[in-house]
Amino acid sequence: MPSETHIEIRDLRLAYGTREVLHGISLDIRRNEIFGVIGPAQSGKTSLLRCINRTIDFSPEASVAGTITVDGEDVRGAKDLYALRRKIGMVAPLPVGLPLSIYDNVAFAPRCAGMNRKADIDAIVEQCLRQAALWDEVKDRLDSLGTKLSGGQQQRLTIARALSHQPEILCLDEFSIAIDPVTTMRIEDVLKDLRKNMTIILVTNLTQQARRLADRTMFLWNGEIIELGPSDTIFGNSPRDRRTYEYVNGLFG
Amino acid sequence: MFAETPFVRDKRRSETTAKWVFFAMAGSMILPLLLIVVFLFVKAAPSLRVDFLLDIPRRGMTEGGIWPAFVGTIYLVFISLAVSAPIGILAAVYLNEYARDNWLNRLINLAVINLAGVPSIVHALFGLGAFVYAARFGYSILSASLTLAIMTLPVIIASTREALASVPMSFREACWNVGATRWQTIRSVVLPNSISGILTGVILQVSRAAGETAPIMFTGAVFFKAVQKGDLFAYNLNEQCMALSMHLYTISTQVPGVRESVPFATAVVLLGSVLLVNAAAIALRAHMRARKKW
Ligand SMILES: Nc1ncnc2c1ncn2[C@@H]1O[C@H](COP(=O)(O)OP(=O)(O)O)[C@@H](O)[C@H]1O
Ligand SMILES: [Mg+2]
Repeated sequence: MPSETHIEIRDLRLAYGTREVLHGISLDIRRNEIFGVIGPAQSGKTSLLRCINRTIDFSPEASVAGTITVDGEDVRGAKDLYALRRKIGMVAPLPVGLPLSIYDNVAFAPRCAGMNRKADIDAIVEQCLRQAALWDEVKDRLDSLGTKLSGGQQQRLTIARALSHQPEILCLDEFSIAIDPVTTMRIEDVLKDLRKNMTIILVTNLTQQARRLADRTMFLWNGEIIELGPSDTIFGNSPRDRRTYEYVNGLFG
Repeated sequence: MFAETPFVRDKRRSETTAKWVFFAMAGSMILPLLLIVVFLFVKAAPSLRVDFLLDIPRRGMTEGGIWPAFVGTIYLVFISLAVSAPIGILAAVYLNEYARDNWLNRLINLAVINLAGVPSIVHALFGLGAFVYAARFGYSILSASLTLAIMTLPVIIASTREALASVPMSFREACWNVGATRWQTIRSVVLPNSISGILTGVILQVSRAAGETAPIMFTGAVFFKAVQKGDLFAYNLNEQCMALSMHLYTISTQVPGVRESVPFATAVVLLGSVLLVNAAAIALRAHMRARKKW
């Protein structure tokens, strides 16, 4: 079981305007673990991810307090935001194929980071599409549009793109919300593979998904951590908090 | 079970009536356009020859062609859009992609909206004061073009912003998530997917710039200017020029003894060029829509 801290969050508060949506949460995410985050809609799960990769900056009304460090480095004071975001792969709930070719979808991030040798980019494109279990389906039509793929394929393309800047952390935000169960299972297999090389934060609306994949799971509710612990405990018969048991077993209301 | 009750029959009848009334209103839009075009062509017929376009006005503008006015209009439209399109597009990119919601940007927005509502005669007076006198450009193509540029600028900004806003936000977020800067995002995803809308908006301003009379009359258009027949490079920037809209006004109201068909033929040329350019815009839009990427 890995134990070295990769992301450390202390007393994180987030407000949109005057409305606080994260009420001072503290947690550690360990290197090479799959960290599950469950909780009802509007709990602040997406907002938490956006604080970690600083895309929260694009919501001018948001104000953040507390500290977040990645590899011991302060995120909120990061000078090179783009390097920070490259360190963190982000997969959104709805698949987003950029209106570019499949190849360019994956080559986009390396190019933005200044890579321009064709051979290097070719290698990254192939590697990431393979990692995302999409290569075999698209290798003969890399120059067709990414937006014309099926939903499930686009979500794997999104994952390939998130891997293309070789992140150390991969965040998935309810990735299976718009795709079929078969693709979901394929992506889950991909994640089991990826955990060897990276830390994975898996925000999910399917509690069973966290149970299957996550080493530890956090139950977030209304911007507060109700319980955080090994998945065995959270999904077992006796979590510490009664609300966890109720949520996991669909009795919440 | 599915038989028609009186209540249902009444509903169906009023439905039919309503549909026809609405259709009649919408359909009647064709009529004015058709009437204008037919009326113009019939009246203009005696003068409509290729030479009418290429020749210069003769016998105190009562006969001959309209070349100097035609070329003048091309100069004015081209130069004014060459100025307003880049400025307008860049301003719109700023407002749509960079600007935060603060007092300065709200002020800029307000300025753009109000500038779009300024009547053209006021633009004319402003151009006269600002370009002809204050900037010492004199009565010239430059002054007139800049005046037209200011007039078209706010509309270009508005149409460009609309085109930019039609690119889904999720594309931008996807780019930011992988560490792209705003500019990298704009250059590789936002602009390529809004360029057709942006260009259409610019092209539609051609007709406005070509049709306005007051702004150029105050700042650089003249009654008559001698140029070579068919000469494309008839004017310098610091000279005054003739223009179709102004020419139409003078030969219709200021010059006695003009052949009746000449003003109408002039109008046909003006309308024809504008419709041609608009058709190009529509074709461009259709072409781009056919290759729409999502
Ligand atoms: N850009 C925003 N502006 C204002 N409020 C927001 C914004 N994004 C999210 N919120 C609010 O923050 C709360 C948490 O939302 P979110 O982080 O999306 O939760 P979750 O991902 O768990 O569904 C919600 O009440 C939501 O309405
Ligand atoms: Mg969410």
